[in-house]
Amino acid sequence: MGADFVVLSLVPILIGVLAAVSCALPGNFLLLRRQAMMGDMMAHSVLPGLIMGFLLTGQVSGWVMFAGAGVAALISALMVEAVVRLARVDPGAAMGMTFTTMFASGVLLLELTGASGVHLDVEHALYGNLESLIWLDAQGWSSLIDPVALAGLPPELAQLGVVLAVLSVLMWVFWRPLVMASFDAGHAAVLGLPVGGISLGVVAATAMASVAAFTAVGSILTIAMLICPPATARLLTNRLGVQVFLSIGVAVLSAVIGYVMAGFGPEWLGLSGAVSAAGMIAVTSGILLALAAVFGPHRKAG
Amino acid sequence: MTVALAFEDLSVRYGAVTAVDSVTADIPLGAMTAIVGPNGAGKSTLLKAALGVVSKAGGEALFFGTSLDAARAKVAYMPQRASVDWDFPIRVIDVVLMGMQRDLGLLRPVRAADRSFAMECLARVELTDFAKRQIGALSGGQQQRVFLARALAQRAQLYLLDEPFAGVDAKTEAAIVKVLQSLRDEGAAVVAVHHDLASVPVWFDRVLLLNRRLIAVGPVGEVFTPERLRETYGGALPAMQIA
Repeated sequence: MGADFVVLSLVPILIGVLAAVSCALPGNFLLLRRQAMMGDMMAHSVLPGLIMGFLLTGQVSGWVMFAGAGVAALISALMVEAVVRLARVDPGAAMGMTFTTMFASGVLLLELTGASGVHLDVEHALYGNLESLIWLDAQGWSSLIDPVALAGLPPELAQLGVVLAVLSVLMWVFWRPLVMASFDAGHAAVLGLPVGGISLGVVAATAMASVAAFTAVGSILTIAMLICPPATARLLTNRLGVQVFLSIGVAVLSAVIGYVMAGFGPEWLGLSGAVSAAGMIAVTSGILLALAAVFGPHRKAG
Repeated sequence: MTVALAFEDLSVRYGAVTAVDSVTADIPLGAMTAIVGPNGAGKSTLLKAALGVVSKAGGEALFFGTSLDAARAKVAYMPQRASVDWDFPIRVIDVVLMGMQRDLGLLRPVRAADRSFAMECLARVELTDFAKRQIGALSGGQQQRVFLARALAQRAQLYLLDEPFAGVDAKTEAAIVKVLQSLRDEGAAVVAVHHDLASVPVWFDRVLLLNRRLIAVGPVGEVFTPERLRETYGGALPAMQIA
């Protein structure tokens, strides 16, 4: 593997892996807390924020777009609270209403502002633009230590790196309260743990991961990575700590296998061209989940 | 009589429904108190409101003469078994260690001494051999005893138990009663939401009769009378249960 790999494939694979792992970490707790719908919500609600960020700067990536998505995630979380309290519907229904409204308003915004003409359209919102995140400044492996070439890396890489680091540290520090509040919120509250704050923290972590992943890999892969790797890992172990590490492994495996299959799979089947990497990664994670569901040692009886 | 828990004019409302209506009662140390009343009488709600798990509409609960925040270290709570997901990927010993969270904090590693204390708590509920099992692999009665071991690990002086005997086997029932009586004999206050009227005079020292409002509270011999029970259950009481 030479210079071509470094220019064309290294960064997309790394971004795919970072996005997958960033989503899988909070996904473990969404799954255990039966809040999987929260993943759908965050992965769709960020769209209008991304577009506002794009309209402000005229760039398809960058920290402003990232911040816009964060604001949209926050607004959607508040909207869910408001709908639950005012309309008296259950949180799942409130999320379903909120994320479809947010995503649809994002689509309208795209069409109204003409942003869809420039590299940002509904397709990208759904399955990202992983293949286009190439490293044009790279000459080969030596570029990894060349400051000039490194400065030309797509900003999504740094964003995801920072998000993953923050999420990992938070999860490590707050592991015990997180587990206790997720297992038995009533008992945890009586012990004096701030269970409301912990719930909010899980939502915020999900939002962070979704926002960072969405810009790079789109909503489909974001949702898949929030749920599939943790769900697969759950079927392989009965211990939560092990489950988290296994979910990271499944996320990495899905990203690498999916990316390679998207690029070379059609050729191996005698077809021409390549398919969407984000789509193939999501499908790979689904296949891994199906395998674990059939062969995993800790499937639920019945 | 030292008061461990005092309900003072405590009320809870769910929307327009009054679930607990201005309850005032004292729970003393060194006694086992049963909270008894029909379904929907607000028995669990009374405990949860005192503990701040559901919000109060009025009144307050004082723990050892002070607020819950100031007395948390002395208070252990055992929720209903049905309130948690028993498929949660965790082992029995890890659940018991949760009772020691105040000592463990965020990052202090679990030491051998912590583990052996958790094992002592498991031994008191006769589950030593189950420490490394996944909680979902246990029977309902064993799960209930895991909850009790977690409460024991808190080394509290006031134990509030929500239906500790609901749907358990005879062995578990006997094991739980033995542990609760030993806690009482050590001077702790034990309060249990309870359904089986026949066992109230056998196991408990005191009883709190509740049907949204307080009917009566006091020693079993004085308060647990057919008249008071009829008042509590509003005539819906099967005769055989008063035996």
